[in-house]
Amino acid sequence: MTHASLLRRITDYSSRADPYPLYEELRRTPVLHEEDGGPYAVSSYWDILSLLHDPRISSDAGNLAAAGSDELGEAEETGLPPSFIRLDPPEHDRLRRIANRPFGPPHSPHRIDAMRDDLTEIVSGLIDGFGDAKRIDLVDRFAYPFPVTVICRLLGVPREDQPRFRAWVDPIVAGLDPDPGGHDEERLRAAQEARVQLGMYLAGLVEQRRKEPREDMLSRLATDRGPDGLMTTMEVLTTAVLLLIAGHETTVNLITNGMLTLLRHPEFLRALREDPGLSVGIVEELLRYEPPVQFIPRRTCIADIELRGVTIPKGSRIWLVLAAGNRDPERFTDPDRFDPYRRDIQHLGFGSGIHICFGAPLARLETQIALAELAGRLDNPRLVDDPPPYRQNAVLRGPRHLSVAFDSVRP
Amino acid sequence: MRVVVDLNKCQGYAQCAFLAPDVFALHGEESLVYDPCAGDEQRAQLARAVAACPVGAITADGTDDGAAPSAGPVRGTSDDR
Amino acid sequence: MTVEGFFERLRTEGRIVIVGASLAGLTAAETLRAEGFTGSLTMIGDEPYEPYDRPPLSKAVLLGKASPHRTDLPRRRELDADWRLGVAAAGLDLGARRVRLADGDEVEYDRLLIATGVRARPWPNETEAQLDGVFVLRTRDDAVALHRRLGAAPRRVFVIGAGFTGSEIASACRYQDLAVTVAERANAPLVGALGGVVGAVAAELQRENGVDLRTGVTVTALEGDTSGRVRAAHLSDGGVVETDVVVVSLGATRNTEWLTGSGLGAGPRGVACDAGCRAFDFRGIVTDDVFVAGDVARSPHPLFNYQFLSLEHWGNAVSQAEVAAHNMISPSADRRPHIWVPAFWSSQFGVNIKSVGVPTMGDQIMITQGSLAERRFVGAYGYQGRVIAAVSFDNTRWLQFYQQLIETAAPFPLEYSTVDRRPEGRRPIPADFPDPSLPTHGPTVTLSGYSPVDRRLVFTPARH
Repeated sequence: MTHASLLRRITDYSSRADPYPLYEELRRTPVLHEEDGGPYAVSSYWDILSLLHDPRISSDAGNLAAAGSDELGEAEETGLPPSFIRLDPPEHDRLRRIANRPFGPPHSPHRIDAMRDDLTEIVSGLIDGFGDAKRIDLVDRFAYPFPVTVICRLLGVPREDQPRFRAWVDPIVAGLDPDPGGHDEERLRAAQEARVQLGMYLAGLVEQRRKEPREDMLSRLATDRGPDGLMTTMEVLTTAVLLLIAGHETTVNLITNGMLTLLRHPEFLRALREDPGLSVGIVEELLRYEPPVQFIPRRTCIADIELRGVTIPKGSRIWLVLAAGNRDPERFTDPDRFDPYRRDIQHLGFGSGIHICFGAPLARLETQIALAELAGRLDNPRLVDDPPPYRQNAVLRGPRHLSVAFDSVRP
Repeated sequence: MRVVVDLNKCQGYAQCAFLAPDVFALHGEESLVYDPCAGDEQRAQLARAVAACPVGAITADGTDDGAAPSAGPVRGTSDDR
Repeated sequence: MTVEGFFERLRTEGRIVIVGASLAGLTAAETLRAEGFTGSLTMIGDEPYEPYDRPPLSKAVLLGKASPHRTDLPRRRELDADWRLGVAAAGLDLGARRVRLADGDEVEYDRLLIATGVRARPWPNETEAQLDGVFVLRTRDDAVALHRRLGAAPRRVFVIGAGFTGSEIASACRYQDLAVTVAERANAPLVGALGGVVGAVAAELQRENGVDLRTGVTVTALEGDTSGRVRAAHLSDGGVVETDVVVVSLGATRNTEWLTGSGLGAGPRGVACDAGCRAFDFRGIVTDDVFVAGDVARSPHPLFNYQFLSLEHWGNAVSQAEVAAHNMISPSADRRPHIWVPAFWSSQFGVNIKSVGVPTMGDQIMITQGSLAERRFVGAYGYQGRVIAAVSFDNTRWLQFYQQLIETAAPFPLEYSTVDRRPEGRRPIPADFPDPSLPTHGPTVTLSGYSPVDRRLVFTPARH
C-alpha cells in the first residue's frame, strides 16, 4: 500500500481490531499531510500535548465548518447549538464553569465521590441479572446499560422514566456508528426522531425542576445562578445531551476494552480479583493502552503553526491522534506492553488542556468499579471470540459485542 | 499519610478533588488546597487521586518505591519532636 | 586511582553532608539514594523538625484546611540518614572538609550540599519587632504562632508588604472574615514581581474582597501598649491604624552567615554556583566538592543572558536539588546542567496566579488571552523583541505554550491570532515595573525593586 493512504487505512473498518501497527507507521511522519484539503495528523506524544495547550488551536464548530469538515467531524452532530466541547473561550469557559457548578469542585466537591455506592449497586444489579447464563454479551448486558443508568441518576431522571429514556438513547447512540453495510439513512432518521423526543422530554423535566428543584444535577443546572448567570433552557439541554452522548459511548468502550484486555492478560484479572485496588492502575493504563477516543478530529488552527519543520497553514484541520501518542516510545518505555503497575503514566486518554474530558472522574470510578466487580464475580471468565466484532466508528473505537463465557456468577 | 502537590505542575484539573474530596479542595476555579497530612481512612481515595492526576503532581509517602503508599511515615534515625 | 574507581568508592563509601533539611535537602537526599549512593548521609537542620513543606503555611494552614504542625513532606523512599536536627551549621572549613555545628560538634564530608535556604526578613526596628503580636511567616513555629493568634478573633490584622506572602495572608484573613489592612510601598500589590499592569488587577482584587489596602505608603513605626502588646501602626502619610496583629512580610534573607570567612563565594545574595550546582569560591574558582541548591543558590541561566538568578521557587528547589545530587556522585562527563525555567504560583482571594520566565526583565506586556477586567487572562512579557515571561490569572492550562515561547526566544509582540484574544490584547503596553535603582531593603518598609523577596528574581553580574 502506498504511504498516501495511511489515514484512510486507519479509518478503514478492516483495521479496527488492531490499528496500532498503523499508528506506529503514522508516528514515522509526525506531522502527516496526505492530500490537499485533508487534515494534518499529529501523532507523537509531545507534539499532541503541546497542541492541546496551544492557543492557536481552535475547537470552534464555525472554524471547523470553514475548514471543510469531513465525515468524522459530523459524527456527533446533535442538532442542538454547539455544546462547550465545540466552542472556544470565553464561551467555552463560561458554559463549562456553569456546568461544573453542580458536578464537581469547588461548588459540588462530593457529587461524584458520593455516587460510589450507587455505582456499585448498579453494577451488582447488572451482574445479578446475568442469572444462570454461562455466556453473555458484555456490551449489551453490562457495558451499555451501565452508563445510561448512571447518567439518569446523575441528571435526576425518575426511575419510572428510565426505560423510555433508554429507548431514545439507543437509536441516538446507534446513529453515531455508521453501518458499513448501508441503511444509514434509516438509522439517522431514527436517531433524529429520538433526539427530538429526548429533547422534548428533557425540556419538560427542566420545566418541572425549575418549579420544584431537587438535589439532582438537572435541577441545579436549571436553577443555580452563579457569577456567570443562569443557563438558558437550550443551554441546559445542550449540556445534558452532551453529558449523555459524550459520556456514554466512551464509557462503554472503556469498560469493554478493559474486560477484553484483562481477558487477554489473565494474570492481571487474577490479581484484580485478589486486590480490587489494582483497578485504579488498570484503568489508567487502559486509558493509555486502549483509549476510548482514538483521535480528536475536530480542531483547526487559527494561525500558521510550525511543527517539526512543517508549516501547518492557518485554517487547516488537525487530527490529534491520542492513541498513537499514548504508545510513543519517546514518551513511554515499552509502550506496547499493558502494565497496570506502570508509574509514569500521564496518558492522553482524556485529552488535556481546557477541553480535558469533563466526565473523567466519573468515567474513572465507573470503570474501576465495573472491572473490579466483574473480576470478583465471574468464575473462570473466558473470551469467546478474539478479536471480537468492532463498531464501525474509528474515533470512538470499541467492540460492538464482547462474548464472555464463564462457569458461574459468584454471589 | 503525608502528601505534597507540586503546584508548579498542577493545572487545576481537579481530578484529586473529585476523587478524594476530603483531602483536596479547590479554592476558586483552579487553586488547589489540600491537607498535607491525610488520615489513614483516606488511603484508597488518595491512591485514586495520585493515579488520576493528569500531570503527575501528587506525591504521597512511598510513591517512588513502586509500592502502594505505605502505612506510616518513614522515620529518620533521630527525631527530636 | 582512576576516575571510575574514585567515583565508585564515593558512591559506596563516601560521606555526604547536606546542610539544610527542608525541601531541597530532602529531595537531594532522596535522589542520592535513588541513584544508588550507599555511603553515609548526614542531614543537618537548624529547626527541630523533619522536612516539612512551607507553601501550605501561608495557604491551607491559614485557611484552616491543614494543621500547621502537620505539613511534613512525604518520603518517596527510605533514607537511612543521620539526622542532626535542631542544630544549625555554624562554620565551614573547606580545606579540612568539615562542617562545624552550633553545638561545637564537627562533621567531615567528601561532598557537601548547601541548602540552607532563606529566612523571613524581620521588622528592622528590634524593639518594635519584639512587641507581642508582631509576626513573620516562614517557619512552622511562625505559622503555629500566627495561626493561634488569628484564631483568637483579633480586631484587625495589619500586613506590612503586599508581595505574594503578604497578599496570601491578607486573603486568608478575609476568608475568615477578619478585618485586614495591607500597607504597600509601591502603588499596588505584586508590582515588584509582575509590574504595574498586573498589580492594578491585584489591587482591585484585594479591595473587592474587603482588604483595606494602603499603597504608596511605608510604615514608620509600630506602637505598643504598656504591657508590650502592639496596638497601632504609623504610616508615612500620617495615618495611624489600630491593630493587634502585625504580620511583617518584607521578603527573605539568605542564610549564608555561617559561611562567612569560609572562602566560598557567599553573601547576602546567596551562594554563587555554576550551572552544575558547584559552588564558586570567593576568587571565582569553582569547587568540586561543595554543591548548592534551593533558595540559597544563585546560578547563571542561558535563557536570561547568563545572569545569575536566585529563585525562591518551590519547583526550582526540587529540580536544582535533583541535579546537584546527581552531579555530586557523577564524573564530569555525566553531569547535568540545571536550566529550570523559573516558575511560581500563588493562590489568593480564590484566584490562581502563575508565572513562567522572568517577568521583571520584561519591559512590555501584552494580554494575549482573556481580559484584565474579568481577572482571567494570560499576559506575555516582552524583552528586546522576544518573549521573556508570562503570567496567568485562572488560566494556568495555557501557560506551557508560553513556556515554550520563552524557551525558544520567540518574537514579541505576538502578532498571530490566539483564542480568546480581546481588543485590549492586540498591542503591547509598558509592563510598568518600578525603577530598579530605587533603594529596596532599607530600614523602613521595602516591598519592591530588584531583590530576592517574594519569590522574585535578583540579577547581579557574575562577579563578587
